[in-house]
Amino acid sequence: MGDLVIRNLTRSFVRDDGELLTAIEKIDLTIRQEEFICVLGPSGCGKTTFLRMIAGLDQATSGEIILDGEQIQGPNPKVGVVFQEYSLFPWRNVIDNVAFGLEMQGIDREERYRSAHQYLDLVGLSQFSQSYPSELSGGMKQRVAVARALALDPVILLMDEPFGALDAQTRNLLQKELLEIWEKTKKTIIFVTHSVDEAVFLGDRLVVLTPRPGRICDIIPIDLPRPRERTSIEFAQVRRQILDLIAQPKCSLQ
Amino acid sequence: MKLGGRKISDKWLGVLAILLTLLFWQAMASLVVRNPFILPSPVDVVTAFLTLIGSGTLLKDIGVSLVHFGIGLGSALLVGIPIGIAMGWFRGVDAFLDPVIEIIRPIPPLAWIPFAIVWFGLTNASAGFVIFIGAVFPILINTYSGFRGIPRIFVEAGKVLGCTRDQALIRYIAFPSALPQIAAGIRIASGVGWMCLVAAELFGVSKFGLGQKLWFFYNLHQMDSVVVYMLLLGMIGLFFDWLFRYYIDRHFLRWRSGEVA
Repeated sequence: MGDLVIRNLTRSFVRDDGELLTAIEKIDLTIRQEEFICVLGPSGCGKTTFLRMIAGLDQATSGEIILDGEQIQGPNPKVGVVFQEYSLFPWRNVIDNVAFGLEMQGIDREERYRSAHQYLDLVGLSQFSQSYPSELSGGMKQRVAVARALALDPVILLMDEPFGALDAQTRNLLQKELLEIWEKTKKTIIFVTHSVDEAVFLGDRLVVLTPRPGRICDIIPIDLPRPRERTSIEFAQVRRQILDLIAQPKCSLQ
Repeated sequence: MKLGGRKISDKWLGVLAILLTLLFWQAMASLVVRNPFILPSPVDVVTAFLTLIGSGTLLKDIGVSLVHFGIGLGSALLVGIPIGIAMGWFRGVDAFLDPVIEIIRPIPPLAWIPFAIVWFGLTNASAGFVIFIGAVFPILINTYSGFRGIPRIFVEAGKVLGCTRDQALIRYIAFPSALPQIAAGIRIASGVGWMCLVAAELFGVSKFGLGQKLWFFYNLHQMDSVVVYMLLLGMIGLFFDWLFRYYIDRHFLRWRSGEVA
């Protein structure tokens, strides 16, 4: 139960000049419930396309994605998404952003605020419930986005380079916070990144994609005990192993 | 400190310019032109204003003009916003309506006056129709482009949070996202509509109205009263602009940090 099964997933686009462009090719992957998966690959390798298909925002050309025994056809409350760019609704204050999904489900005001406050508490931003997104820092915005995605209590949380635009210090802090949230909420997380450091720090397993078209080059379990120390020798070894792998022809060429 | 000081002196510069204009105007009227029909002096205008207050139709004129303006702007909102939304959200509606609108839009509102009379007779609705024509397109176009400019990320964020139907997406995502631009369109529309007012009242739809009285006093050759009505038209137009601006600033400044207005 709760597993995500991806079978033979391919997505190609027809470009304006008529040429066929394959973004994702023949991906087979099974993700267990409560697993933290990092998808690693260079820019333009189709990582985002891959995530959008799981989110139901994009349709596969062939293959299938099955969550809990049901094929994903479109956006689904079981799948929460934290986007790369800032996606908070600027016309809603923080609490109304977090409560948005619950509002769409028709849950009454009092109930959804109570629930939203819990998730805002989880990301440590209770005192900013009345602020507007434009009044928050980048790190705070993404914390709110995490709370908003969690408020619908999804099985899976998809994260598309959510910390990419943040400074290194904030980024490290948010990674730590995310792991704490993951431990508390027991979500399956699929986290897309191009940072090896980030992937090794966060993931149970690393899915390394090749550049265009994105295929699975290798899947690497990260056996480092948690909490992980970025500065430890073991961490450095794993990171070097991944960096070596990425540099190999089988992962860097088509 | 320097900025504050400059602000104050800027304000006084403006006041000084108004005073100098009045002085120049008075001097031209009483020393050079010396014909109140060609150029009534500020003193003539103030005297005419006081007489008009005494005679008591000023408020009624303003009231009737506001009725015309209200009919025009109100119906422009009722027509312009829904069509703008439909064209901005549904590509088919855009392709279907765009050619018709692009042909009708460049026709000056005043060119519609004959048909306003034929269709509505000499009624308030007739004047309202001319104002409607002037006001509807800025509202429609701004609503349309506001909807077209909605960042895709907001729509997708809405979808993954369970807001998937067109109606819900329009109501909860697209409309609030486009609202600053729609409000800016309404502000432009109110300016254009107000400018159409004088012409709309010119053809005798009512016994009162700022535009109607302007022509009435022109026919009596009371140019000082004409100036009173000109200034009233300008000031009420300015007031509306301030009102919209205040509203826009108050509502959107917090989330758009001063991009609007």
